[in-house]
Amino acid sequence: MKSVLGDRKAIVLLLTPALLVYTLIMLVPVLWSLGLTFFEGSPLGGFEFAGFDNFIRLFSDSAVWEALWFTIRYAILVTLFQVVLGYGLALLYNFVLRKSSVLVRTLVFFPVVLPTVAVSLLYQKIFQSAPTDGLVNELLVNVGLGSVDWLGAGTTAFVVIVIMDVWRSIGFYGILIFSGLLDIPDEIIESSRLDGASGFRLFRHIVLPMSLPIVFASFIFSINGTIKVFDSVFALTGGGPGDSTTPLTLYMYRTAFQYSDYGYGSTIALLLTMICLVVTLFIFRSSRRDITS
Amino acid sequence: MSTATSRRSRKALIGVALVGASALALVGCSGGSGGGSAPSSFEFLKNSENTTTEPVLNVLADGECKAENEKLPLEISSQPQADLDSQVQLLASQGGLPPMFSAGGNPAEGAKLADADVLVDFDKALTDLGVRDKIAPGAVSTIEKLYGGGFDFLPFQYNIEGIWYNTKIFSDNGWEVPTTWDELLDVAAKAKAAGYTPFSASGEQGWPITRLISTYLFRELGPDAMQKIADGDAKLTDPEYVKAAAAIADLGAKGYFGDNVASLDIDGSYNLFLTGKSPMIYMGSWILGNINGADNQVGAENMSFFPFPAVEGGAGSIDQYPANVGLPATFSKAAYSDDVASWLGCIATNYGTEALKQGQITGFVADPSASADLPEISQKVQETIADSTDSVLWFEALFPAKASQISSTSAALLVTGQMSPEEFMSTVQDAIDNP
Repeated sequence: MKSVLGDRKAIVLLLTPALLVYTLIMLVPVLWSLGLTFFEGSPLGGFEFAGFDNFIRLFSDSAVWEALWFTIRYAILVTLFQVVLGYGLALLYNFVLRKSSVLVRTLVFFPVVLPTVAVSLLYQKIFQSAPTDGLVNELLVNVGLGSVDWLGAGTTAFVVIVIMDVWRSIGFYGILIFSGLLDIPDEIIESSRLDGASGFRLFRHIVLPMSLPIVFASFIFSINGTIKVFDSVFALTGGGPGDSTTPLTLYMYRTAFQYSDYGYGSTIALLLTMICLVVTLFIFRSSRRDITS
Repeated sequence: MSTATSRRSRKALIGVALVGASALALVGCSGGSGGGSAPSSFEFLKNSENTTTEPVLNVLADGECKAENEKLPLEISSQPQADLDSQVQLLASQGGLPPMFSAGGNPAEGAKLADADVLVDFDKALTDLGVRDKIAPGAVSTIEKLYGGGFDFLPFQYNIEGIWYNTKIFSDNGWEVPTTWDELLDVAAKAKAAGYTPFSASGEQGWPITRLISTYLFRELGPDAMQKIADGDAKLTDPEYVKAAAAIADLGAKGYFGDNVASLDIDGSYNLFLTGKSPMIYMGSWILGNINGADNQVGAENMSFFPFPAVEGGAGSIDQYPANVGLPATFSKAAYSDDVASWLGCIATNYGTEALKQGQITGFVADPSASADLPEISQKVQETIADSTDSVLWFEALFPAKASQISSTSAALLVTGQMSPEEFMSTVQDAIDNP
């Protein structure tokens, strides 16, 4: 093995296919899209060089900033709930349910494997208000409160999207953090218990610091997923009513493919890429500092 | 060992070269197929939501167009409507359009295809085939208004729009069919007081609401009201345009669309009307399929149709029905071979009659005897179409794709008071100005 990896030719041979495929299916379209940011038009009507027009338009387009604000609100809230509640689940599996947690883990993980469109349809029905009330409105009416048109207003539709996406992915983060908790040696927990640490103190001084690396990994996974949210919003609200639940990804998709404005769509995509890059760099830097300390 | 390694590596290198070459070949080949040369089948790419055209074409392929089908077999494929326009534009840019395809869900996008000169000019093609008279003049005029002035699309559907109403509820309560806007408001108020949702409308779709705005505009300002917006001669933010939005917003404020209009989907809105919970629905004549269907609990005999009423002192006429050709289909110029031309001739000659037998009203001229078995309400609509002399379009008809999308998705906000009429009109006007 060592002799194979020490051979330059072998390295080149092993890397070339992967690099070739990566270049063809990743780098070429990315560079193509980057080039499109300087053009306007569509494949049908032809493209015209537009200089920095698309970038100027990006900064003056209020819809972009509204979509960005929605994306940020969504990403922060959903990431927070996913990781914090996932952490709670992991603690439950590890310290309360212990070996009997298999059934609960399976049940909580189940929504992760469901297709997004199916989950969206399920939530549309649960939060339905017309023509008949869904489950949530039935409950509200039964306890004497009025029925709410959940998907009919931006604020309530946002709440439904957050609840749905947290429900859909919390099982994954529960398992991810649970696997981190399993790595904490039993001896350390036992000895700290003998030293009198229990309950919140055990969590605060032993469990939390020792599980920080996996928590940071969860944050990276989560924020990178939530900042690119598309499918769940598209299937649940289609970005509406109005554009009140339109994330940047959906606005980009509409601009490029529905409004046939590939150049401006690519410019929005570039903004999204830059945001993802900044967030990832930020989290990587802070996680490195924490682990070494 | 090293000799064996180098032999293996040479083999692997050849393998890599082969993989690379095939990958490049695949990339190079993709998208290039089907362009230019005579097609080997009569492929029809349609929107998946369209379930009416396929059964008629299948009957034709086994009957009147059997000879054409043997030479060039019919093949039907589908694409979701939301992606259809972009898919067709991509195919057009690669010269890979199928012989026949649906397009122009947004008329502005359809007009782009006509401008790019990739479509068959039906005026010439049908004249050459000697069947130009098989397309109803009203349908041709609607197509010309919608798609940039040419006759580049075929009217596989032809719909007129108006208010469908429950005659039983009207007669039981002694309400007269309204002919003016004020009379309509009067009936709506009585319906609300009697515990009905006066108008069933899907806010989730939005367009059933924006169509009320445009038809109000056509009645008040005349049939060129929306053309003036498209030409830039007027703005939606002008007071007379905002007044129309305010009139429709007012219907929402009075609760005439029900409490949950914003999230009511199209099936739900049909349901309210067909179960007798709502006495009126503004819709196109495609609703006949549902009215004559098994889900109609009120019965087709208890339903009828009246045109959108006149606005007092307005420049428009009650006889100008909003009309459309649904999502039409067209033919690719590049794939228009002699065999495809034969298919076109056969479709033009026979489609209208076969569709009418299946209860569909199209813009193709049909043999009148085919409608003998149709329900009364369908016959009434067909007569109305035949008698109408002038038609108007709808709110988004001449908008670019972005304005069309924004208008539909914001309509629910207008009628639920989340957006003022001024805000709504300026948001849409903004999207028209910056497409």
